[in-house]
Amino acid sequence: MIAANANFTSAAYLISAVLFIFSLKGLASPASARSGNTLGMAGMALAVITTLFVGHYLIYSLIGIAIVLGAAVGIFAAKRVQMTKMPELVALMHSFVGLSATLIAIASVYNAAETHTAVQRIELFVGAFIGAITFSASIIAFGKLSGKFSAQPIHFNNQHLLNLMLALLILGFGIFYYSQSSQLAFLVMCGLALVLGITLILPIGGADMPVVVSMLNSYSGWAAAGIGFTMNNSVLIIAGACVGSSGAILSYIMCKAMNRSIIAVMLGGFGSKSAADASDGVQKPVKSGSADDVAFLMSNADSVIIVPGYGLAVSRAQHALQELTSKLISKGVHVKYAIHPVAGRMPGHMNVLLAEADVPYEQVVEMEDINNEFGQTDVVFVIGANDVVNPAAKKPGTPIYGMPILEAYKAKTIIVNKRSMASGYAGLDNELFYLEKTMMVFGDAKKIVEDIAKAI
Amino acid sequence: MSELLTMQNITIFVLAIFVGYHVVWNVTPALHTPLMSVTNAISGIVIVGAILQTVPINTGIFNITSILGAIAVFLTSINIFGGFMVTRRMLEMFKKKENKLMESKK
Repeated sequence: MIAANANFTSAAYLISAVLFIFSLKGLASPASARSGNTLGMAGMALAVITTLFVGHYLIYSLIGIAIVLGAAVGIFAAKRVQMTKMPELVALMHSFVGLSATLIAIASVYNAAETHTAVQRIELFVGAFIGAITFSASIIAFGKLSGKFSAQPIHFNNQHLLNLMLALLILGFGIFYYSQSSQLAFLVMCGLALVLGITLILPIGGADMPVVVSMLNSYSGWAAAGIGFTMNNSVLIIAGACVGSSGAILSYIMCKAMNRSIIAVMLGGFGSKSAADASDGVQKPVKSGSADDVAFLMSNADSVIIVPGYGLAVSRAQHALQELTSKLISKGVHVKYAIHPVAGRMPGHMNVLLAEADVPYEQVVEMEDINNEFGQTDVVFVIGANDVVNPAAKKPGTPIYGMPILEAYKAKTIIVNKRSMASGYAGLDNELFYLEKTMMVFGDAKKIVEDIAKAI
Repeated sequence: MSELLTMQNITIFVLAIFVGYHVVWNVTPALHTPLMSVTNAISGIVIVGAILQTVPINTGIFNITSILGAIAVFLTSINIFGGFMVTRRMLEMFKKKENKLMESKK
């Protein structure tokens, strides 16, 4: 076992890295995604089995127990999690990767059988540092997403100065570890990195969570790659780099969809101050209607576009909405769903929520592909969404100016379902609600949608 | 030798970033949530590092290194099994509809 051929090992790791890339490639379309996922599992199995064969003096009993327990917890969570809670699950999983990377680095530092070269000490430092930040930041993100902590951005005096001091201290202890191989310095460094992860994420508000979750996805990849460097293990480096760039791309897409720079998100505080300016004191009149009115408008329309937002998911109205659309379609109405990239709490979240409610993939259209259709659409039904349809984004000088929106205001009739006139995350008033052709329907999304479906 | 190895690692790293970049841009936006959960599972590959640290030191089975290693094996196993399973569950939802649509077209 010990004499296992090094070339054979490298080849096995290379194959599993290629399988991982195929699993990502499969996600280009829903048709190939499932087989891609299976290839990913095969890649993981191959990497683990290979490792079990090449490792020296491994304690198989401990490893076996840990894998079985982890598998039980993981499978249980995967089967039980609600689709609305996916962002929380993903945030929690990022924290596990971060914590594992840190634990592995510490284990390696305390491993008397290993001696580390200068380069390896730097790599251990980097791996543990990124891992620890990923861990504590993901825990805070998890808390904010699940409502365990306030989603409001938390500001404190001199936060940037504090972060800088922490970073310098971490670097200082890192250098001390590097020069003296001090295990204690390494532990202190990890502890400080945990604190830095917390102070970095606290000032970021709930609206920016899709960006934060994507960013932590990226970090977890870099942490894995960092561990790969210390171990000179190609599959860890390749998988980590792919995950890292995947998360970076998602962060970029999310930032672009909210017209925010990644720097501005990191500095935090969106939606905290502008909320006070929401109403300029003047009560503008809105036209409001009932579920029956909506049913009448929709069943007489030729085309309907539904714009779902997170409010839809909160009131669990997806299934009711799907029933409503099937009724409309059976009456010959053309129905489509328009998805803004930041609808939901994480990239692609709304697509999964609609998929769960059996909405056919073909009816769900991304923003760029549907925006030029609003002008020819009879009825737009905005449900639980606000900022993503706010025409203020087209006006220079408004806080959301430049943010790409779904151009719902171009439709012939607009129906908006909201619980109240409260403003969205951006704390902005929405002109769309006051248009002559807009009808507001107040109430819980699920109840309203059910009432409309009954009336058709 | 050590420097050479590090350069090789950096080469692999940079090339893998490019591969990841191009593959991920081709992922359809509708599948961005499954993309995240599957990358969660894939980053569970650090289990390789965790397994290799679950070793006895001076013939003692329970030591800092082996215990931390085993904890990391446990955590990464959650990611691997949980990540792949929840991805499959989501992808089944997308499939379910395709079939229904096919049936309704018949």
